[in-house]
Amino acid sequence: MKDKKGWRELPIGTIITEPGSAREFKTGDWRSQRPVWDANKCSSCLICFIYCPDNSIKIGDDSKMTGVDLDYCKGCGICANECPKKAIQMEIEKR
Amino acid sequence: MKIRALTGNEAMAEAMRQINPDVVAAYPITPATEVVQIFASFVANGLVDTEFIPVESEHSALSACIGAAAAGARVITSTSSQGLALMHEVLFIAAGLRAPIVICEVNRSISSPINIHCDHSDTMGSREAGWVQIYAEDAQEAYDLTIQAIKIAEEIFLPVMVSTDGFIISHCMQRVEVMEDKEVQEIIGVHRSPYSLFDKPITIGPLDLQDYFFEHKRQQIEVMNQSLPVIEKVMSEFNARFNRTYSIFKTYKIEDAEQVVVLCGSTCGTARVAIDKMREKGIKVGLVKLHIIRPFPHKELIELLKSFKLITVLDRSDTMSTMGGPIYVELRSAMYGCSQHPTIVDYIYGLGGRDIDVEQIMEVLLNGEEIIKQKKVATPIGYIGLRE
Repeated sequence: MKDKKGWRELPIGTIITEPGSAREFKTGDWRSQRPVWDANKCSSCLICFIYCPDNSIKIGDDSKMTGVDLDYCKGCGICANECPKKAIQMEIEKR
Repeated sequence: MKIRALTGNEAMAEAMRQINPDVVAAYPITPATEVVQIFASFVANGLVDTEFIPVESEHSALSACIGAAAAGARVITSTSSQGLALMHEVLFIAAGLRAPIVICEVNRSISSPINIHCDHSDTMGSREAGWVQIYAEDAQEAYDLTIQAIKIAEEIFLPVMVSTDGFIISHCMQRVEVMEDKEVQEIIGVHRSPYSLFDKPITIGPLDLQDYFFEHKRQQIEVMNQSLPVIEKVMSEFNARFNRTYSIFKTYKIEDAEQVVVLCGSTCGTARVAIDKMREKGIKVGLVKLHIIRPFPHKELIELLKSFKLITVLDRSDTMSTMGGPIYVELRSAMYGCSQHPTIVDYIYGLGGRDIDVEQIMEVLLNGEEIIKQKKVATPIGYIGLRE
């Protein structure tokens, strides 16, 4: 906390002067379950991508799935539930 | 300058016409309806350049005002009583976002029981919202202070509400000196915004958690700390230009007084007559009219009031804290920091528009003389004009 700006240094009225700053706010830290992706089972149908409420399914330049972005994934498990190949399993998050 | 016969509502609407705000978003409510009704006719007749937004509630009215202010517009709205109550959560947002919005507020009691007449419970209930709060005594002050409110809001980037007493000021016709349009434009100057959505990309109103919320609130407290000298500066510029005598509070015959009455709003006129009549009897009493309730000018009031024998506060609302009305509670709290500790008593009066007359105030002042003589306060909180 001490490395953050003091009240005198902050812009007026709580405004944020840099666009796209929500990216820096990692919202995945209260997840209780994490999706574990098995690349061998995955067919890159991208049904998980369509269903993910948080855009946490990572896709490479070749439009193939490359993993899950755990910085923002809340662990809702919709991807695991929808995956036709059972390539995503939900596991208890251990920290 | 023209001399006109105007009601308080007409005076505020006329000030709004001369200010020519970019946006007015409002919802009607008695007794403030006329302010925007008259202003809407100015819009319809092409006398102003304002974008008028008729909304579905006061909550929406102030929300629309915030959006417009965030876009860099000069914004005014008007409301009263339940309308101000419905704006309540948005009042805090406007202040936190430092949106320089002005509300022309007409004081009316708050339900229940339902009533349309004057007391100060609506605006006094908004004291913690972070707005500058100014109280007018008559139609002239309603006009003058609306113009000053724009200037104050844009100097310090804080929202400002100017209040008149419902019906007593809002609907009574009085002599009002109205400035030329050009003069009003010159005194308010070019609109200033703290930021604008049309400049560089910015985020307004983001989530602000444990790590920064406290710092942002401290900023807001600081701007309140710094606002009094700005208000004084705007008032003295206005005074110099239009030959007026505005200040954060105004005194009347206090120089040799032993007892002073402290109050705000339209009853100040009644109280001055009572003071004159008491002085005819040789009783030394004076009056302090408060213009600014937020920020509460505690240092200045301590300095002014510390050496009187008795301070008699008249409150047109109650805090329901069992400690009296809001002016009394805050003044007593302020005076705790002064070594002299003058005696302070409070009278609640005029709730729901109950009339108050000169004789009643004289009676209160006579009670005060008795307190000074006996050096004892039997009941620190009394009621004027209440049937037991």
